[in-house]
Amino acid sequence: MTPAGSLLMADDLHKSYGHTPALDGAEFSIHPGEVVAVMGPSGSGKSTLLHCLAGIVRPDSGSVHYGGRELSAMSDSERSGLRRGEFGFVFQFGQLVPELTCVENVALPLRLSGVKRKEAEARSLFWMERLEVAAVAAKRPGEVSGGQGQRVAVARSLVTGPRVLFADEPTGALDSLNGERVMELLTEAARETRTAVVLVTHEARVAAYSDREVVVRDGKARDMAGAR
Amino acid sequence: MSIGHTLLGLLESGPRHGYDLKRAFDDKFGHDRPLHYGQVYSTMSRLLKNGLVEVDGVEHAGGPERKRYAITDAGITDVEHWLAQPEKPEPYLQSVLYTKVVLALLTGRDAADLLDVQRAEHLRLMRELTQRKRGGDLSDQLICDHALFHLEADLRWLELTAARLSPLAKAVRS
Repeated sequence: MTPAGSLLMADDLHKSYGHTPALDGAEFSIHPGEVVAVMGPSGSGKSTLLHCLAGIVRPDSGSVHYGGRELSAMSDSERSGLRRGEFGFVFQFGQLVPELTCVENVALPLRLSGVKRKEAEARSLFWMERLEVAAVAAKRPGEVSGGQGQRVAVARSLVTGPRVLFADEPTGALDSLNGERVMELLTEAARETRTAVVLVTHEARVAAYSDREVVVRDGKARDMAGAR
Repeated sequence: MSIGHTLLGLLESGPRHGYDLKRAFDDKFGHDRPLHYGQVYSTMSRLLKNGLVEVDGVEHAGGPERKRYAITDAGITDVEHWLAQPEKPEPYLQSVLYTKVVLALLTGRDAADLLDVQRAEHLRLMRELTQRKRGGDLSDQLICDHALFHLEADLRWLELTAARLSPLAKAVRS
């Protein structure tokens, strides 16, 4: 797929940690509503690619454009604003605040943006219903199963209406059945809301929920859409 | 597995007699099922007829005549095409995929590329099955899951092989 009309696009990214190169000329692009799996062996640079795309890590050289703007030209606070408002995140472990109830966890990004409690929790419950975890709204994360907790985390990542969702091994800690349900619900919600999903995974059955895959090896990203 | 393509690939390093070809084949790929001489000679005469090999010389060292075969440019193109073409994903592909990887390494081609293309082909089918599963009833889901788990096993083998290409290259060239 050509980068024309891309929502998020990276060009010739280089990033090293000390003398160890993590990215070596990586390219990437994603369109609104598209789900792209980022695959590759451990240590290939796929998490570094995700961190650069999300503006968490600044590349040594190369560029990341989001909605036509260059990320490295933004100030730290502009990038933080982007991560809070436009981007959503789901990780493998430890994302929920244990002292808060599940609905309070989902509502957290809205509350931090100044949305009133009642409205924030109403919007949170909408997403919790979509993710089939409304029944555990009043429970704390320690009282729910791993699969439920992960769906709460997905609800939280979608509650702000992000345009890009970054998911790093989102089903890595779940069994097959729970993992598949999370992927079904996540990709269904993303496609409906035209949210682009950057999905880092080493599991083929998870990647099978994507529209196409990009393989990262030795710091280079290869788009397999036109592999044949 | 395509014996013709495998023999062609083995000829890329230089001309060989039929007997040498059989030995090289058995050594690299025929652990469980060595080739019969008849298979080698019938395959070579087919390749000869199709212009993929040519007779490089004939020896009469006191016994029956022995032909030495060389690969032609058309033969090299044929191997190239076979290696670049991903296999239709199905369970128990390991022997043909193994052969392709070893031949790519033996002939100095990009084995990582071959594995990438095969992974893409597997994922393409896995996407179709996942889509079918999402719209199907429980029996569709179970049937698709069975196929998905088998394809996933192939993919894990592809990943592991990709991670082991350097030592494998050394081993097959030694």
